[in-house]
This record gives sequence, C-alpha cells and structure tokens, in this order.
Amino acid sequence: MSWEVIGIWLGALLSLCLYSFLYKDNPFYKFAEHLFVGMSAGYWVIYTIMNVLIPNWWQKLVPMEGGFQPIWLVPGVLSLFMLFRLIPKLAGLSRLSLALIVGTGAGISITAMLQTRALAQVNGTIIALGQGGGWFNWVSNIIMVTGVVCGLVYFFFSKPHKGVVGGAANIGITILMVAFGASFGYTVMARISLLIGQTQFLLFEWLPTMGIHL
Amino acid sequence: MSTFIEKLGNLDRRVIFVLMALAVIIPLALRMNLPIPIDQGPSMDLYNMIDALPEGSRVLLSFDYDPSTMPELQPMAIALVQQLMTKDIKIVSMALWPMGVSLGNEALIAVSDSLGREEYVDWVNLGYKTGGGVLIVRLGSDIKSVFPVDYDGNSIDDMPVMQGVNKLGDLDMIISLSAGEPGIETWVMMAGDRYNLPVGGGCTAVSAPQLYPFLATGQLIGLLGGLKGAGDYETMVRVGVENPPPGIAIAGMAAQSVAHLVIMLFIIIGNIAYLSEKKRKGGAK
Repeated sequence: MSWEVIGIWLGALLSLCLYSFLYKDNPFYKFAEHLFVGMSAGYWVIYTIMNVLIPNWWQKLVPMEGGFQPIWLVPGVLSLFMLFRLIPKLAGLSRLSLALIVGTGAGISITAMLQTRALAQVNGTIIALGQGGGWFNWVSNIIMVTGVVCGLVYFFFSKPHKGVVGGAANIGITILMVAFGASFGYTVMARISLLIGQTQFLLFEWLPTMGIHL
Repeated sequence: MSTFIEKLGNLDRRVIFVLMALAVIIPLALRMNLPIPIDQGPSMDLYNMIDALPEGSRVLLSFDYDPSTMPELQPMAIALVQQLMTKDIKIVSMALWPMGVSLGNEALIAVSDSLGREEYVDWVNLGYKTGGGVLIVRLGSDIKSVFPVDYDGNSIDDMPVMQGVNKLGDLDMIISLSAGEPGIETWVMMAGDRYNLPVGGGCTAVSAPQLYPFLATGQLIGLLGGLKGAGDYETMVRVGVENPPPGIAIAGMAAQSVAHLVIMLFIIIGNIAYLSEKKRKGGAK
C-alpha cells in the first residue's frame, strides 16, 4: 500500500468521522475535531518558523554568504517583546511592538481604504441615469441610485421615519433585505460547494482504492 | 392535510441532511451534466480582458487561499492558468496566504506539463511572504528586494520570465484568487487604485457580494464568484479545445443545481407549514 493510498484513507475516514456529527455528537467526531485542532496548531507553528521566521529574519540576521547584520536584531527584539505579554511584569513592553504594527498598518491603509472603499464608491454612484445606453442599464442605474439614497435615509436617525422619510426608509430596508438575501444565497452556494468537493474526493479518489469505479 | 404539512415543517433535520447528501451524491455519481449558459457578466469580462492581452504579456497571479476553499478556487486556478499559458502569457505567481503557494504550484505544474511550458521561462512561483497590504506596497517599488529568490530558492535575476519585471507597474495585469483577507480587496486597494493596474480575480461565493461594488466602479475588471464562476470559466476556456480535460467545477455545478432545488423545496415547505400553523392557531382563538 503506497503512502498516497494511506493518505486518501486517512482523509476519507476523518471526513466520515466529522460528518458523523450530523447524526449526533459522538466520540469519532470528537477525535477528528481534536486531531484537526492539534495538527493545525502544530503545522502552523512549524510553517511559520520555516517560511516566515527563518527566511524573513534569521537569514537576514546571519546571511548565508557570511557576516552578521546587527540591524536585524531590532525586529528580533520587538518580536520577543510580543511574547512578554505572557509575563505580567514585562507585559508593558509588548505595547512598543503593537504600536509599531498599528502605526504602520494605519499609516499605509487609511488613505488607501478611504480611496478604495469610500471615494471611488461615491464616485461610482454619481452617474447620469441614462449612462451606458439601453433600457436595462437605465433601470439598473435608477435602482442603484435609489437604493443608495434610500439605504442612507434608513440609517439617518435624526428625523422620525414618517411621511416621505419613512417611505424612503422602507424602500431602503427592503433593498437591504434583498442584499442580505443575495448574500445568503451565495453563502449557501459556498457551503454546498465544500460538500461537493469532499464528496468528489470520496467518490472519485477514495472508492477507487477499494476497486469501486463510478 | 394541514397536519401533514405541519409535520413536514417539523421534519427531523437528519432527514434533510440525508436528502441533501443524496442531492449531491447522485448527480456526481451519475456524472450528470447540466448546461452552463455563459452570459455577459463578470466571468466573461475577466476572460475577455485576458484574451485581449498580447502574446508575451506578463500577469501576476496571486494564490490567496488555502485547502479549506479548494473546491471553489482550485478549478478557477487551473482554468485561468490554462488560458494564460495557452495564450503564451508569462505568469509571475505568488501567494499572500502561506498554503496558497503549494496549491498554486499544483495548478501551474499540471497545466505547464500538459502544454509543454517551461518553468522560469514561461512561469515562476515566487512563494509566500507575510505582510498583506504592506507587502504589496513594497512590491510596487521593488519586487526583487521582496522576492530575491523564488519558491525553490533560485535567484530571480537569472530567470527569463522576470527580465524587465522590477516592480508591479511592469506587469500588465494582476489576478488574485482569494478566500478572504488579504486577497482581492487588498490588491485593489494597494495595487489597482495606487498604481492604476487592472485587477481581476476569483473568490469564494461567501465573499462575492462584498466585491461586486468594485465591479460597478471599474476597480475590478472581472470576477469569478464561487463554484458558478469556476464553472463559467472552465466552460469558456474549453471552447475550441480538442479533448479538453474533465471540468471539475462543471461536474460540481450539476450537483450544486440539484442541491439548490432541494433547499428551495424545503424553504417553500417550511413557509407553508409556518403559515398553516399560524392560520390554525389564529382560527383557534
């Protein structure tokens, strides 16, 4: 029996153990769940050391071509500070590292997010209703602009939702519900896709190892 | 009659699970194929944009996912690589997710071998680096300082595929296959909007609705959403190809359609049962 077949059998049996939860909670499910959590944690630790820590830090601190680059001690020390969160007396030092991460992240992201998620989207909503040509685009543009305006009115709480404001808010919440429905539909499709992927594995990779070819 | 419907409304959830399992297993086992009509939409937009690239163009393909989303994103990866390599477009690949490297490599090697393409000449896998958005900003100024060597540890200076590629601006297009953050949105934000590069991609169905607004504004040139997007792309890539390989997503779409019918049926039954019970209780008052 090859390692590949052993791998397929392990994958198949663990899949079945996990799906057994659909009947009810049981020791097989618990075993597979705990194994997954433990394996994932172990895998990630090793993966991070081998693919992040060593190439991004260690090999720069002590390059293979020789020499020692002391500047790379700085990120090393800052990383060590993060672990000090486990020691209450020294936990304050981890704030230095966190401050650097938060500061860099915010500095780089704030303007980009403002441009991508706000300005460009607002710009995309300010359109001529007849833009694009054809009645379909015309109707689409009207729905989009009405949806945005009414959606914003729904979240405007400084005026009671009565009369015209109430009507617009009702259209806004209706459009929001349609959006949530579309989102739910996509979520269902995603979950079914995962089931299909695993079923394809069981039918077309696992069963053939027992001589069953569909 | 109403009691029967109410009983259906209180059906044991395990019966529903069994029916769902059958709805998926039977179409797959019977190799049922339902037609996948391709209309003008985000999938075709991406296909057309890549199709319009001249031979020898360079595209950055980022594999930003892991095995948990393989059923949706791996068929997209294979179909995209198939189209790019068939058109002789050079692929510079990388990953913002650690496990994406090996999944991307699987797709690249499989298609490259079938089409006779050569690693380092037609494609390269630079590997994974942590950092997400910060990493992309650095790639915008100097790719070689971020990835001095590829996934296998070979210097990228010596690779024909990397000649003339020093920063993101030297590439013709960015495609991200993304299961979340960092992913397509990060590429749009840090590369598309910042360096004015065309960004397209594929994503899981769960994240597709969040990305549709970027299509309307032109920040995304095309998008493959979930298994449907993968099925669309497989269908388009297979047009005109003699003896195409079996489409993984196309096969899955038949099961997907049957499963959706079962879900719709139960939603209708559940609502009828709810209304029937409500009416009965109202009548009892």
